[in-house]
Amino acid sequence: MSKYLLNKFLFTVDRDPELVERYREDPADLVTWWEENEANRILNCIADERSTWLAFTDEERAALTAHDHVALFRMGAHPFLTLTLFIAMFERDNTEPLQYQKAYGAALAEFSLPYPDIAT
Amino acid sequence: MAEVVAVIASTHHPFYYRASTSTGDDRPPFADEWVAKIERFRETLTRAKPDVLVMVGSDHFHQLWLDNMPQFLVGKAPFYDANWYNEEREFGLPRFRLEGHEELSSHILRGGLDSGFDLAFSNELRIDHSITCPIITLRPEADLPIVPIYTNIFAPPLPQPSRFVELGRQIRRLVESWPGNERVAIIGTGHLSLELGGPRQFGPHGPDPEFDRKAVEWIASGDIEGCLAEVTLDSLHAPGNATHGFMDFMLMMGAAGDGVRADHVDSLDLFHTMEAYFTWYPKATADGTHGAGRADA
Repeated sequence: MSKYLLNKFLFTVDRDPELVERYREDPADLVTWWEENEANRILNCIADERSTWLAFTDEERAALTAHDHVALFRMGAHPFLTLTLFIAMFERDNTEPLQYQKAYGAALAEFSLPYPDIAT
Repeated sequence: MAEVVAVIASTHHPFYYRASTSTGDDRPPFADEWVAKIERFRETLTRAKPDVLVMVGSDHFHQLWLDNMPQFLVGKAPFYDANWYNEEREFGLPRFRLEGHEELSSHILRGGLDSGFDLAFSNELRIDHSITCPIITLRPEADLPIVPIYTNIFAPPLPQPSRFVELGRQIRRLVESWPGNERVAIIGTGHLSLELGGPRQFGPHGPDPEFDRKAVEWIASGDIEGCLAEVTLDSLHAPGNATHGFMDFMLMMGAAGDGVRADHVDSLDLFHTMEAYFTWYPKATADGTHGAGRADA
Protein backbone atom coordinates (compact mmCIF):
# COMPACT_ATOMS: atom_id res chain seq x y z
CA MET A 1 0.00 0.00 0.00
CA SER A 2 1.34 3.41 -0.93
CA LYS A 3 -0.03 6.34 0.97
CA TYR A 4 2.54 8.37 -0.91
CA LEU A 5 1.09 7.50 -4.31
CA LEU A 6 -2.47 8.20 -3.17
CA ASN A 7 -1.28 11.58 -1.94
CA LYS A 8 0.57 12.20 -5.19
CA PHE A 9 -2.63 11.57 -7.12
CA LEU A 10 -4.65 13.91 -4.90
CA PHE A 11 -1.93 16.58 -4.97
CA THR A 12 -1.38 16.64 -8.72
CA VAL A 13 -5.06 16.48 -9.65
CA ASP A 14 -6.09 19.15 -7.12
CA ARG A 15 -3.69 21.73 -8.51
CA ASP A 16 -4.82 21.39 -12.14
CA PRO A 17 -8.29 22.76 -13.01
CA GLU A 18 -8.59 20.51 -16.07
CA LEU A 19 -7.79 17.37 -14.09
CA VAL A 20 -10.24 18.35 -11.34
CA GLU A 21 -13.03 18.44 -13.93
CA ARG A 22 -11.94 15.18 -15.56
CA TYR A 23 -11.85 13.47 -12.17
CA ARG A 24 -15.34 14.71 -11.34
CA GLU A 25 -16.85 13.72 -14.68
CA ASP A 26 -15.15 10.38 -15.45
CA PRO A 27 -13.13 9.10 -12.49
CA ALA A 28 -12.38 5.67 -13.99
CA ASP A 29 -10.89 7.20 -17.12
CA LEU A 30 -8.91 9.80 -15.19
CA VAL A 31 -7.50 7.32 -12.67
CA THR A 32 -6.42 4.95 -15.46
CA TRP A 33 -4.82 7.77 -17.44
CA TRP A 34 -3.09 9.15 -14.36
CA GLU A 35 -1.63 5.82 -13.27
CA GLU A 36 -0.28 5.17 -16.78
CA ASN A 37 1.15 8.62 -17.40
CA GLU A 38 1.68 10.44 -14.13
CA ALA A 39 2.21 7.99 -11.28
CA ASN A 40 5.92 7.59 -12.02
CA ARG A 41 6.66 11.14 -13.08
CA ILE A 42 9.09 12.83 -10.69
CA LEU A 43 7.57 16.26 -10.46
CA ASN A 44 10.58 18.42 -11.25
CA CYS A 45 12.31 16.04 -13.69
CA ILE A 46 12.04 15.49 -17.42
CA ALA A 47 9.90 12.60 -18.65
CA ASP A 48 12.91 10.41 -19.44
CA GLU A 49 13.92 10.43 -15.79
CA ARG A 50 10.86 8.70 -14.44
CA SER A 51 10.54 6.36 -11.52
CA THR A 52 9.95 2.72 -12.41
CA TRP A 53 8.11 1.25 -9.43
CA LEU A 54 4.97 3.17 -8.46
CA ALA A 55 1.54 1.57 -8.94
CA PHE A 56 -1.78 1.52 -7.09
CA THR A 57 -3.06 -1.58 -5.35
CA ASP A 58 -6.47 -2.77 -6.50
CA GLU A 59 -7.98 -1.36 -3.31
CA GLU A 60 -6.44 2.06 -3.86
CA ARG A 61 -7.48 2.20 -7.51
CA ALA A 62 -11.02 1.22 -6.57
CA ALA A 63 -11.26 3.86 -3.83
CA LEU A 64 -10.09 6.61 -6.16
CA THR A 65 -12.37 5.45 -8.96
CA ALA A 66 -15.37 5.37 -6.63
CA HIS A 67 -14.66 8.86 -5.20
CA ASP A 68 -14.66 6.99 -1.87
CA HIS A 69 -13.22 9.50 0.58
CA VAL A 70 -14.04 7.24 3.53
CA ALA A 71 -11.85 4.48 2.11
CA LEU A 72 -9.10 6.99 1.39
CA PHE A 73 -9.23 8.14 5.02
CA ARG A 74 -9.06 4.51 6.18
CA MET A 75 -6.00 3.91 4.01
CA GLY A 76 -4.19 6.91 5.49
CA ALA A 77 -4.34 9.31 2.55
CA HIS A 78 -3.62 12.83 3.79
CA PRO A 79 -7.00 14.21 4.92
CA PHE A 80 -6.20 17.76 3.83
CA LEU A 81 -5.45 16.69 0.27
CA THR A 82 -8.57 14.55 0.03
CA LEU A 83 -10.82 17.23 1.52
CA THR A 84 -9.49 20.01 -0.69
CA LEU A 85 -9.92 18.07 -3.91
CA PHE A 86 -13.34 16.69 -3.00
CA ILE A 87 -14.61 20.16 -2.04
CA ALA A 88 -13.39 21.35 -5.44
CA MET A 89 -15.43 18.66 -7.15
CA PHE A 90 -18.60 18.60 -5.09
CA GLU A 91 -19.15 21.82 -3.12
CA ARG A 92 -20.70 23.31 -6.25
CA ASP A 93 -23.68 20.97 -5.77
CA ASN A 94 -24.53 22.44 -2.34
CA THR A 95 -28.04 23.72 -1.85
CA GLU A 96 -27.11 25.25 1.51
CA PRO A 97 -23.79 26.53 2.93
CA LEU A 98 -21.31 23.86 4.08
CA GLN A 99 -23.73 21.08 3.12
CA TYR A 100 -21.08 18.99 1.40
CA GLN A 101 -18.45 19.66 4.06
CA LYS A 102 -20.79 18.51 6.84
CA ALA A 103 -21.89 15.41 4.93
CA TYR A 104 -18.25 14.57 4.25
CA GLY A 105 -17.54 14.66 8.00
CA ALA A 106 -20.69 12.69 8.87
CA ALA A 107 -19.67 9.93 6.45
CA LEU A 108 -16.52 9.47 8.58
CA ALA A 109 -18.47 8.99 11.83
CA GLU A 110 -17.23 5.41 12.19
CA PHE A 111 -13.72 6.63 12.98
CA SER A 112 -12.54 7.40 16.49
CA LEU A 113 -9.08 8.18 17.83
CA PRO A 114 -6.51 7.19 16.93
CA TYR A 115 -7.27 7.86 13.28
CA PRO A 116 -5.42 5.90 10.59
CA ASP A 117 -1.76 6.86 10.44
CA ILE A 118 -0.99 9.38 7.67
CA ALA A 119 2.81 9.24 7.92
CA THR A 120 4.46 8.46 4.60
CA MET B 1 20.89 46.95 15.57
CA ALA B 2 17.47 46.06 14.30
CA GLU B 3 14.63 46.32 16.78
CA VAL B 4 11.84 43.81 17.23
CA VAL B 5 8.91 46.20 17.56
CA ALA B 6 6.13 43.62 17.69
CA VAL B 7 5.68 39.88 17.97
CA ILE B 8 2.33 38.77 16.64
CA ALA B 9 0.68 35.36 16.69
CA SER B 10 -2.59 34.63 14.96
CA THR B 11 -4.78 31.96 13.52
CA HIS B 12 -4.98 32.13 9.73
CA HIS B 13 -8.55 31.68 8.63
CA PRO B 14 -8.76 31.57 4.84
CA PHE B 15 -12.48 32.47 4.94
CA TYR B 16 -11.83 35.91 6.43
CA TYR B 17 -11.20 37.61 3.11
CA ARG B 18 -14.47 36.46 1.60
CA ALA B 19 -16.45 37.04 4.81
CA SER B 20 -15.11 40.56 5.23
CA THR B 21 -15.65 41.64 1.61
CA SER B 22 -19.05 40.05 1.01
CA THR B 23 -22.20 42.16 1.03
CA GLY B 24 -25.97 41.75 1.22
CA ASP B 25 -27.29 38.22 1.56
CA ASP B 26 -23.82 36.79 1.02
CA ARG B 27 -22.44 38.46 4.15
CA PRO B 28 -22.36 35.99 7.06
CA PRO B 29 -23.90 37.14 10.36
CA PHE B 30 -20.56 37.01 12.17
CA ALA B 31 -18.71 39.15 9.60
CA ASP B 32 -19.12 42.54 11.29
CA GLU B 33 -17.84 41.34 14.66
CA TRP B 34 -14.96 39.54 12.94
CA VAL B 35 -13.97 42.64 10.97
CA ALA B 36 -14.08 44.79 14.12
CA LYS B 37 -11.76 42.41 15.94
CA ILE B 38 -9.39 42.26 12.98
CA GLU B 39 -9.28 46.04 12.70
CA ARG B 40 -8.31 46.32 16.38
CA PHE B 41 -5.70 43.61 15.82
CA ARG B 42 -4.38 45.40 12.72
CA GLU B 43 -3.90 48.56 14.78
CA THR B 44 -1.50 46.69 17.07
CA LEU B 45 0.83 46.20 14.11
CA THR B 46 0.27 49.63 12.59
CA ARG B 47 1.21 51.45 15.78
CA ALA B 48 4.49 49.50 15.98
CA LYS B 49 5.54 51.18 12.70
CA PRO B 50 7.36 48.18 11.24
CA ASP B 51 9.74 48.38 8.27
CA VAL B 52 10.10 44.62 7.70
CA LEU B 53 7.95 41.60 8.47
CA VAL B 54 9.42 38.19 9.36
CA MET B 55 6.51 35.88 8.65
CA VAL B 56 6.19 32.33 9.93
CA GLY B 57 3.70 29.96 8.34
CA SER B 58 3.35 26.51 6.84
CA ASP B 59 2.98 25.57 3.21
CA HIS B 60 -0.20 23.54 2.69
CA PHE B 61 1.17 21.17 0.03
CA HIS B 62 1.49 23.97 -2.48
CA GLN B 63 5.17 24.24 -3.36
CA LEU B 64 6.63 21.85 -0.80
CA TRP B 65 5.93 18.22 -1.53
CA LEU B 66 6.64 14.75 -0.18
CA ASP B 67 9.47 14.04 -2.64
CA ASN B 68 11.60 16.73 -0.97
CA MET B 69 10.09 17.94 2.29
CA PRO B 70 11.97 20.43 4.48
CA GLN B 71 11.18 20.76 8.19
CA PHE B 72 12.11 24.44 8.48
CA LEU B 73 12.69 26.60 5.40
CA VAL B 74 13.62 30.26 4.97
CA GLY B 75 12.73 32.12 1.79
CA LYS B 76 15.54 34.20 0.29
CA ALA B 77 14.27 35.94 -2.82
CA PRO B 78 13.70 39.48 -4.05
CA PHE B 79 9.98 38.83 -4.52
CA TYR B 80 7.34 36.34 -3.48
CA ASP B 81 4.29 35.74 -5.57
CA ALA B 82 1.36 34.78 -3.43
CA ASN B 83 -1.61 32.45 -3.33
CA TRP B 84 -2.48 29.46 -5.45
CA TYR B 85 -5.22 28.33 -7.79
CA ASN B 86 -6.85 26.09 -5.20
CA GLU B 87 -6.94 28.98 -2.71
CA GLU B 88 -8.62 31.20 -5.25
CA ARG B 89 -11.03 28.38 -6.01
CA GLU B 90 -11.99 27.49 -2.44
CA PHE B 91 -11.51 30.75 -0.53
CA GLY B 92 -11.65 33.47 -3.18
CA LEU B 93 -8.19 34.70 -2.15
CA PRO B 94 -6.59 37.29 -4.43
CA ARG B 95 -3.16 36.87 -5.98
CA PHE B 96 -0.52 39.44 -5.17
CA ARG B 97 3.21 39.92 -4.92
CA LEU B 98 5.32 40.83 -1.91
CA GLU B 99 8.81 42.20 -1.85
CA GLY B 100 11.52 40.17 -0.11
CA HIS B 101 14.27 41.31 2.25
CA GLU B 102 17.14 39.15 1.01
CA GLU B 103 19.77 40.51 3.39
CA LEU B 104 17.76 39.68 6.48
CA SER B 105 16.94 36.27 4.98
CA SER B 106 20.67 35.62 4.53
CA HIS B 107 21.36 36.70 8.09
CA ILE B 108 18.71 34.37 9.49
CA LEU B 109 19.92 31.47 7.33
CA ARG B 110 23.58 31.91 8.29
CA GLY B 111 22.80 32.47 11.94
CA GLY B 112 20.38 29.58 12.05
CA LEU B 113 22.85 27.19 10.46
CA ASP B 114 25.54 28.31 12.88
CA SER B 115 23.31 27.78 15.90
CA GLY B 116 22.03 24.25 15.38
CA PHE B 117 19.17 24.70 12.91
CA ASP B 118 19.94 23.12 9.55
CA LEU B 119 17.53 25.40 7.73
CA ALA B 120 16.49 24.72 4.16
CA PHE B 121 16.16 27.69 1.84
CA SER B 122 14.27 28.67 -1.28
CA ASN B 123 15.23 31.26 -3.89
CA GLU B 124 11.86 31.04 -5.64
CA LEU B 125 8.96 30.62 -3.29
CA ARG B 126 5.29 31.14 -4.00
CA ILE B 127 3.71 31.70 -0.61
CA ASP B 128 0.28 30.53 0.48
CA HIS B 129 -2.50 31.61 2.81
CA SER B 130 -0.57 30.81 5.98
CA ILE B 131 1.41 33.97 5.18
CA THR B 132 -1.05 35.91 3.03
CA CYS B 133 -3.92 35.68 5.55
CA PRO B 134 -1.99 37.80 8.08
CA ILE B 135 -1.04 40.19 5.27
CA ILE B 136 -4.75 40.56 4.49
CA THR B 137 -5.71 40.99 8.14
CA LEU B 138 -2.74 42.95 9.49
CA ARG B 139 -1.18 44.79 6.55
CA PRO B 140 -3.59 44.80 3.61
CA GLU B 141 -1.46 47.41 1.85
CA ALA B 142 1.05 44.55 1.35
CA ASP B 143 3.74 47.23 1.16
CA LEU B 144 6.50 45.90 3.44
CA PRO B 145 9.34 43.53 2.55
CA ILE B 146 9.10 40.11 4.15
CA VAL B 147 11.20 37.17 5.19
CA PRO B 148 8.98 34.08 4.93
CA ILE B 149 9.78 31.11 7.15
CA TYR B 150 7.94 27.84 6.63
CA THR B 151 7.58 25.07 9.18
CA ASN B 152 6.37 21.52 8.63
CA ILE B 153 3.26 21.00 10.75
CA PHE B 154 1.62 18.98 8.04
CA ALA B 155 3.56 15.98 6.73
CA PRO B 156 4.82 13.59 9.42
CA PRO B 157 7.41 12.91 10.69
CA LEU B 158 7.33 16.40 12.25
CA PRO B 159 9.87 18.15 14.47
CA GLN B 160 9.14 18.07 18.20
CA PRO B 161 7.17 20.94 19.79
CA SER B 162 10.26 21.97 21.76
CA ARG B 163 12.08 22.58 18.46
CA PHE B 164 9.40 25.02 17.37
CA VAL B 165 9.78 26.92 20.64
CA GLU B 166 13.55 26.95 20.33
CA LEU B 167 13.42 28.11 16.71
CA GLY B 168 11.16 30.97 17.76
CA ARG B 169 13.66 32.01 20.42
CA GLN B 170 16.46 31.81 17.87
CA ILE B 171 14.60 33.85 15.26
CA ARG B 172 14.10 36.56 17.88
CA ARG B 173 17.84 36.54 18.73
CA LEU B 174 18.82 36.58 15.08
CA VAL B 175 16.57 39.52 14.23
CA GLU B 176 17.91 41.42 17.22
CA SER B 177 21.46 40.75 16.06
CA TRP B 178 20.80 42.03 12.54
CA PRO B 179 23.07 45.06 12.07
CA GLY B 180 20.44 47.12 10.28
CA ASN B 181 18.27 49.90 11.62
CA GLU B 182 14.98 48.35 10.62
CA ARG B 183 11.98 48.04 12.87
CA VAL B 184 11.02 44.39 12.51
CA ALA B 185 7.74 42.70 13.35
CA ILE B 186 7.79 38.91 13.73
CA ILE B 187 4.41 37.51 12.73
CA GLY B 188 3.43 33.85 12.81
CA THR B 189 0.21 32.00 12.20
CA GLY B 190 -1.05 28.60 13.21
CA HIS B 191 -4.16 26.95 14.54
CA LEU B 192 -5.93 26.14 17.76
CA SER B 193 -7.87 22.87 17.71
CA LEU B 194 -8.76 22.04 14.13
CA GLU B 195 -10.06 19.07 12.18
CA LEU B 196 -9.73 18.89 8.39
CA GLY B 197 -11.02 15.94 6.41
CA GLY B 198 -12.10 13.99 9.50
CA PRO B 199 -15.36 13.25 11.33
CA ARG B 200 -15.16 16.31 13.60
CA GLN B 201 -14.76 18.92 10.85
CA PHE B 202 -17.01 21.94 10.32
CA GLY B 203 -18.81 21.70 13.63
CA PRO B 204 -20.50 24.69 15.31
CA HIS B 205 -17.24 25.36 17.22
CA GLY B 206 -13.68 24.18 17.02
CA PRO B 207 -13.41 20.44 17.70
CA ASP B 208 -12.00 20.91 21.23
CA PRO B 209 -13.08 24.11 23.04
CA GLU B 210 -11.31 22.99 26.23
CA PHE B 211 -7.99 22.71 24.39
CA ASP B 212 -8.64 26.12 22.85
CA ARG B 213 -9.27 27.67 26.27
CA LYS B 214 -6.03 26.24 27.64
CA ALA B 215 -4.09 27.16 24.51
CA VAL B 216 -5.21 30.80 24.62
CA GLU B 217 -4.13 30.99 28.27
CA TRP B 218 -0.72 29.43 27.53
CA ILE B 219 -0.10 31.91 24.73
CA ALA B 220 -1.52 34.97 26.48
CA SER B 221 0.59 34.35 29.60
CA GLY B 222 3.70 33.16 27.76
CA ASP B 223 3.51 29.89 29.70
CA ILE B 224 5.97 27.94 27.58
CA GLU B 225 6.83 25.55 30.39
CA GLY B 226 3.20 24.65 31.08
CA CYS B 227 2.49 24.27 27.39
CA LEU B 228 5.49 22.03 26.74
CA ALA B 229 4.55 19.90 29.75
CA GLU B 230 1.23 18.98 28.13
CA VAL B 231 1.79 19.19 24.39
CA THR B 232 3.47 16.36 22.50
CA LEU B 233 3.35 15.19 18.90
CA ASP B 234 0.99 12.43 20.05
CA SER B 235 -1.20 14.58 22.27
CA LEU B 236 -1.97 17.01 19.44
CA HIS B 237 -4.00 14.36 17.61
CA ALA B 238 -6.65 14.46 20.34
CA PRO B 239 -7.95 18.04 19.88
CA GLY B 240 -8.32 17.57 16.11
CA ASN B 241 -6.36 16.02 13.27
CA ALA B 242 -4.93 19.36 12.04
CA THR B 243 -4.02 20.67 15.50
CA HIS B 244 -0.29 20.24 14.91
CA GLY B 245 -0.57 23.74 13.45
CA PHE B 246 -0.60 24.83 17.09
CA MET B 247 3.17 24.31 17.05
CA ASP B 248 3.49 27.52 15.03
CA PHE B 249 1.87 29.30 17.99
CA MET B 250 4.48 27.60 20.20
CA LEU B 251 7.19 28.96 17.91
CA MET B 252 5.76 32.44 18.40
CA MET B 253 5.68 31.94 22.17
CA GLY B 254 9.40 31.29 21.89
CA ALA B 255 9.81 34.50 19.91
CA ALA B 256 7.78 36.46 22.48
CA GLY B 257 9.74 35.12 25.44
CA ASP B 258 9.22 32.90 28.49
CA GLY B 259 6.59 34.23 30.84
CA VAL B 260 5.93 37.35 28.80
CA ARG B 261 2.25 38.25 28.86
CA ALA B 262 0.77 39.40 25.57
CA ASP B 263 -0.24 43.05 25.33
CA HIS B 264 -3.22 42.31 23.08
CA VAL B 265 -5.32 39.16 23.39
CA ASP B 266 -8.53 38.52 21.53
CA SER B 267 -10.45 35.55 20.21
CA LEU B 268 -13.59 34.77 18.27
CA ASP B 269 -15.55 31.56 18.54
CA LEU B 270 -16.48 30.64 14.97
CA PHE B 271 -17.91 27.56 13.37
CA HIS B 272 -15.18 25.05 12.52
CA THR B 273 -12.39 26.66 14.56
CA MET B 274 -11.67 29.38 17.10
CA GLU B 275 -9.85 32.48 15.96
CA ALA B 276 -7.20 33.93 18.30
CA TYR B 277 -5.02 37.04 18.09
CA PHE B 278 -2.00 38.02 20.20
CA THR B 279 0.46 40.91 20.10
CA TRP B 280 3.50 41.51 22.28
CA TYR B 281 5.49 44.75 22.37
CA PRO B 282 8.99 43.68 23.38
CA LYS B 283 10.18 47.12 24.48
CA ALA B 284 7.82 47.46 27.43
CA THR B 285 8.96 50.13 29.84
CA ALA B 286 8.91 50.22 33.61
CA ASP B 287 5.92 52.54 33.74
CA GLY B 288 3.79 50.10 31.79
CA THR B 289 3.78 51.83 28.44
CA HIS B 290 5.17 50.04 25.45
CA GLY B 291 7.67 50.65 22.74
CA ALA B 292 5.11 51.18 20.05
CA GLY B 293 2.97 53.31 22.31
CA ARG B 294 5.98 55.41 23.22
CA ALA B 295 6.66 55.98 19.56
CA ASP B 296 3.14 57.29 19.21
CA ALA B 297 3.46 59.62 22.20
